[in-house]
Amino acid sequence: MTNTEIYDKLKSAFGEKIGEWHEQTGTEYMKRMSSYADVADSGYIRDVCLYLRDEPELGFDSLLLLSSLDNGDKTLSVTYHLESREKKQFIALKVTVPENNAVVPSVTDVWSHANWHEREAWDMMGIKFLGHPDMRRILLDEDWIGHPLRKEYKHPDFYRGMKVPY
Amino acid sequence: MAEVLDRKMQTLPVPVKVVPAEKIEPNRLRTEEMVLNVGPQHPSTHGVLRLEAVLDGELVIDVVPFLGYLHRCFEKHSEAMTYPQVIPYVDRMDYLAPMNGELGYALAVERMMNIELPEKVEYIRVLFNELQRIASHLVAVGTFGMDAGAFTPFLYCFRDREDVLEIFEKTCGARLLYNYIWVGGLSHDLHPDVLGMCRAFVKKSRATHKEVNELLTFNKIFVERAANIGVLPADVAINGGASGPMLRGSGVKWDLRRNDPYSIYDRFEFDIPVGTGMMGTLGDCFDRHWVRMCEWEQSLNIIEQILEKFPQNDKTDVQKAVPKRIKPAAGEIYSRVETARGELGYYIVSKDDIKPWRVKVRSPAFVNLSLLPIISRGYLMADLIVILGSVDIVLGEVDR
Repeated sequence: MTNTEIYDKLKSAFGEKIGEWHEQTGTEYMKRMSSYADVADSGYIRDVCLYLRDEPELGFDSLLLLSSLDNGDKTLSVTYHLESREKKQFIALKVTVPENNAVVPSVTDVWSHANWHEREAWDMMGIKFLGHPDMRRILLDEDWIGHPLRKEYKHPDFYRGMKVPY
Repeated sequence: MAEVLDRKMQTLPVPVKVVPAEKIEPNRLRTEEMVLNVGPQHPSTHGVLRLEAVLDGELVIDVVPFLGYLHRCFEKHSEAMTYPQVIPYVDRMDYLAPMNGELGYALAVERMMNIELPEKVEYIRVLFNELQRIASHLVAVGTFGMDAGAFTPFLYCFRDREDVLEIFEKTCGARLLYNYIWVGGLSHDLHPDVLGMCRAFVKKSRATHKEVNELLTFNKIFVERAANIGVLPADVAINGGASGPMLRGSGVKWDLRRNDPYSIYDRFEFDIPVGTGMMGTLGDCFDRHWVRMCEWEQSLNIIEQILEKFPQNDKTDVQKAVPKRIKPAAGEIYSRVETARGELGYYIVSKDDIKPWRVKVRSPAFVNLSLLPIISRGYLMADLIVILGSVDIVLGEVDR
């Protein structure tokens, strides 16, 4: 199935929960790998992922990448790039949440690959994943303040009493 | 004197009543769990990685990796750079295979901008990527041997790696961090000596491959150390996102050079080696090592084919297709290549600017390392070092 057909199938299974389809213009590769469907209700992302994994026609056995994104308009996004190795299908999903209430259900129990990527998204972008087994920072120290990949982040002048040189 | 001793003896407590041997119940004996800290400054962690191993005697119950000691904010930096300025930072992520990383990034931007490359550029890129793959596997195999206690193969591997670095030095002046593959081209054309050097290298490397196999791979002590430990079943590997030799070691025939061909890899004949469990269980440390050894040979095959087909009389400028202004249209892409360690993906969001809005890296070493706790539970502490060596992490890429 092409990714637009998968989108139609998702749309018929979940109805209003699935939002618009964003077709990437440009090369064929971009269309195939990076066109994404909005999941309008962010609370349903885990159910959508479970459906994609377990439905025999779809069989999305691997999560390629879970990435966070600051849209610059007080919203944050999480993008899921999925692949079915056997059927050679791709789809990307995107959920968008407000910056001051950035909570998304975790998909760690769907693909264990998501575990560290979700921790990284929390560390860098400050998106909390509900139901994650170990929601700690991963790259920065536990006592770091703020989430550096947000666009309005300002680096601190001091860290543990040491001057940050630049 | 004797009196003093006598008095002391009297003040000593009454000896504890000894339980007769037949009355000891072994099941009721209690052992304490111990947390052992490995790293961050430890040679066997291959960089600055800290592991907290929870031990029960010698058995590893759990391992918790702590990352971030080499975090250099690649993703934040790249938001402040123009597209071509990001490439030197890409080099410093996977510093054992920078050519692979550069190709991944350049390819992602080229796919966004739909740039057609001259054939000669594609040939040079694939040639250098395969050389780099061998150089990286040489380090992986050598250090893995060292983790298991074999020192000699390490020296042989590094001697051969030197030849690859010399080829790169001759071409672009840098030995480790090249900034060679640009968006739409290359920084330098091939030096006239390079093809001859490659021919000599292939010949020499085949001999080294045989030698390392004899010295290390089929050495009984090494096999005993590496077989049957760190077993990773195929379904766990796929669910956990493992890629590269880690995935293929578990018997999954998956290589992006074949399964999602990029550049001109579809023109060459090569096999995808997979683990077979030939010395023990499918997906153990030996299988991962064996896959690397076989890939080394396959890369040599590819290089030989490139040397045959290389368009030597093609005088095209390698910077012919480099755009004057690199400014992809608004949109986003997930683009991936197969590096020595596995699937390297770039997620780039463009907002029609000369700087990327967001660059996120799916680094294979990061993902493979996240499987370490799963594959090392229940083995001995000494095996943990071998298991970590078989994962072949590069901390620059794990922490970015």
